[in-house]
Amino acid sequence: MTILTQEQTKKLTDRLMAFSKADECIVTVNGSRTGNIRFARNTVSTAGLSDDTSISVQVAFGKRQGTATINEFDDKSLEKVVRRAEDLARLAPENPEFMPAVAKQAYKPSDTFSARTAAIDPEFRAQAAAYAIEACRKQNLVAAGFFTDRNQFSTIANSNGVFGHQAQTGLDFTCTVRTADGRGSGWVTRTALDAGRFDAREAADVAIEKALRSVDAKAIEPGRYTVILEPAATSELLGYMLGGFDARQADEGRSFLSKKGGATRLGDKLFDSQVNIWSDPWDKDVPVLPWDEQNMLPRERRALIKDGRVSALDYSLYWAKKKGLNPTAGSGNIIMAGTNKSTAELIANTKKGVLVTRTWYIRMVDPQSVALTGLTRDGTFYIENGKIKYPVKNFRFNESPVTMLNNIEEIGKPVIISGDEVAYSMLIPPMKVRDFNFTSLSDAV
Amino acid sequence: MERRTFLNISGLALGTMMLPVTGRAIAADELLAPMATAFKKTLADTALGAATKAGASYCDVRIGRYLNQYITTRDLNVENVANTESAGVGVRVICNGAYGFAATNDMSPDAVANAARQAVAIAKANARLQSEPVQLAPVKGVGEVAWATPFKKDWRAVPIKEKAELLIAANKAGMDGGASFMQSIMFQVNQQKYFASTDGSYIDQDVHRIWVPVYATAVDTASGKFRSRQGLSAPVGMGYEYLDARPEDKIKAAGGVATLYKQSYDVIEDARAAGRDAKRKITAKSVTPGKYDLVLSPEHLWLTIHESVGHPTELDRVLGYEANYAGTSFATIDKWESKTFKYGSPNVNIVADKTTPGSLGCVGFDDEGVKGKRWDIIRDGILVNYQATRDQAHIIGEKESQGCSYADSWSSVQFQRMPNVSLEAGKKKMTPDDMVKDVKKGIYIVGDGSFSIDQQRYNFQFGGQLFYEINNGKIGAMLEDVAYQSNTQEFWNACSAVCDDRDWRMNGSFFDGKGQPPQISIVSHGAATTRFNGINVINTARKIG
Repeated sequence: MTILTQEQTKKLTDRLMAFSKADECIVTVNGSRTGNIRFARNTVSTAGLSDDTSISVQVAFGKRQGTATINEFDDKSLEKVVRRAEDLARLAPENPEFMPAVAKQAYKPSDTFSARTAAIDPEFRAQAAAYAIEACRKQNLVAAGFFTDRNQFSTIANSNGVFGHQAQTGLDFTCTVRTADGRGSGWVTRTALDAGRFDAREAADVAIEKALRSVDAKAIEPGRYTVILEPAATSELLGYMLGGFDARQADEGRSFLSKKGGATRLGDKLFDSQVNIWSDPWDKDVPVLPWDEQNMLPRERRALIKDGRVSALDYSLYWAKKKGLNPTAGSGNIIMAGTNKSTAELIANTKKGVLVTRTWYIRMVDPQSVALTGLTRDGTFYIENGKIKYPVKNFRFNESPVTMLNNIEEIGKPVIISGDEVAYSMLIPPMKVRDFNFTSLSDAV
Repeated sequence: MERRTFLNISGLALGTMMLPVTGRAIAADELLAPMATAFKKTLADTALGAATKAGASYCDVRIGRYLNQYITTRDLNVENVANTESAGVGVRVICNGAYGFAATNDMSPDAVANAARQAVAIAKANARLQSEPVQLAPVKGVGEVAWATPFKKDWRAVPIKEKAELLIAANKAGMDGGASFMQSIMFQVNQQKYFASTDGSYIDQDVHRIWVPVYATAVDTASGKFRSRQGLSAPVGMGYEYLDARPEDKIKAAGGVATLYKQSYDVIEDARAAGRDAKRKITAKSVTPGKYDLVLSPEHLWLTIHESVGHPTELDRVLGYEANYAGTSFATIDKWESKTFKYGSPNVNIVADKTTPGSLGCVGFDDEGVKGKRWDIIRDGILVNYQATRDQAHIIGEKESQGCSYADSWSSVQFQRMPNVSLEAGKKKMTPDDMVKDVKKGIYIVGDGSFSIDQQRYNFQFGGQLFYEINNGKIGAMLEDVAYQSNTQEFWNACSAVCDDRDWRMNGSFFDGKGQPPQISIVSHGAATTRFNGINVINTARKIG
């Protein structure tokens, strides 16, 4: 029952609509099969497989709205979930900001499914873990990591005739390699839609090399440095900032995109001219669903930052109506323009600087400026005359991604990346940035 | 690690609100009917029998029914009311020295027996790669027992209208107080958890929790500045009586700068103060960076305790099981074995517990059937113990588990999670006002704010909600843009005084994240107002554009 076809979900959503007596009815159906394997201390710690399918029904009587979900599929259950949503809608207070369901939409499919990923079995997962574990055992290193894969579908429908169905797959792998004495630590992250583009050996070797190179880090003074930020060092900073491109917050004066006197920074040049960021559901590397499940509007290719200017804000159905503008489908992915230069080339072009593998535990310090704090982790190196000279101790930074994107010196080739705490699929280049603000040293390895 | 889910709800400055709403929604009247104990016992015995027959040397079964209600409001509107239910069975086994786990939401005997057999099959597969066979510390079966959170007023029986009106009244008070925008949320949780194991325990528990965060934002259009102040309530292991504010539970902060709360909470009063404070923060003086003596209220210090003592003394982190995600720990086994590792000054006594009434960690038994306990982590400044589960107890020479096992759902495998970890009150009589009198140049911080710490828990940075300068023993002007950066061991060794037990109270987290795939846990941390001398304070203000 987990993975349903378009024909099956069409039948299911039609059936649900038929049960509804409300003014309108909105249905989403999501199903997934997710497998994982976790390892630490060079041994497997847990492994699992979970299947889940659920239906969510949202109905409205006037401005009163109710939502119910269920994971049973017989006719009696389908009717029950609709009645429950209707009962809740009758109990709910009127929401003055209620917006009716959108009219019928056309969605151009995106290529989000790989049969190879859908076919991943326990042996594939075990092999992903086994390579890192075996390689580390041989070199007196200690591996810890996590591999997870998913095969899923999403369906949306409403009583105005909206219908969309699409299958998706994906996998994520992270691995931390530490030296047995705890003096060195390296890490790698890989994410792929198609299992054919994932190589566990290549990934584990990156973490191993970083672990070996990071032993005996030297302390250098905190301060402002030219840094080469690998994509995993900037993805979450960018995610934080781009998650704040909300028109209502900006218009209400409580966003870094608000200005004195009540205006917003839409159209302002807030970043270096090299910065171009957009979302595109049909991107070949990071395709996402061609609709926003929240408001069921079709996603489009949309520039968020063009030549350093803020070029779009997100408008909810309610806020768009209030402002007399068109509502927007929320972005599912973030793509930043780059060049063909590798990280090695960025290093070769650097006289003095710091190479940062990743950043971690990033939190908002000042929403007014999107000032964020966090730390470097698992591979921080000093660069001199175009070469990595030695590993350095980790730093805490206090920096705004707005400032970071203003101080760009050079951009490399984008890579696919996903973060621990970022909801977007991302294609982000390594960046060379001047004056990055490291405020203190950390003893953590 | 405090998950960003928390931040996304509290921040509202960036991004949309993310609510951890899971499970199917049900009508309110269905929440009150529990599953029959006899049904759960029969189902549990089915799983225990099937696992044993398939070759398991140990099996535990958790039958869970998780009920939540969330009411979210924005200004004078109720945005959403959601009732959710999630029910199912998780079976954990040991076979050939390895764990196996499987879960199902199908509560038929066949499905549960099948899950038990699947768990055994997974254990057998994992055993081939296992280099450290699981050793469980013994637990004596307790037979059929029951435990419930000692609440006075069941949130499930309070009409939605009454709750929604309370939140709207709070939002209105905040806007009257000076806020441009208000948000308040009521999180209500009931976990009906049945645990059975091959050790002979059948434990039925009924756990209740509630949390009412409030967020006030003031905007000054002319200057383009905006500031927020969160409510000062605590998430608690109590019923709805927490919201029946009693005068005896109200405490004046040092210098009378805020009203603070103990066993009950006045959400309308605090929302009004939050609105007023948010507006004042816009024109508050920006802090001059430097060394200050910090006087930290329990509403602030809980989060520093959580990150810099709670997480580093989790034994799974110390051993490396979390190396790929949350990280490891500086509080290594050799430091503990030395019996001389000075985690803090002699004023620092940190106790772990699963027993304090009203706390989030308080349960009769943990998710391995171990009775709730209390034990020392730091005594007179010295690291003396960790937090352990049954399979870890032998590593630190304990004969029994400390009862730290928890899973966030019937479908998640249980593992080591933080109990309540609290700083004991000082023995010498001292109020926060007394404490301030001894400070020449300091900052008084109330409420938790931004938080970040490295993966081995050395270097941290914390913000707060309210900051006041202290000059020559007196509370002075409100400050803004304050954060302190320190090193865990240096910080706790700079602890110069702790107020007495009259000032001791708990706060905590509904969203403590750990593990892969990630699980959320709940935890409380108690403290009295505490002073730390000579801590590095930075100014966080930045200019963009």
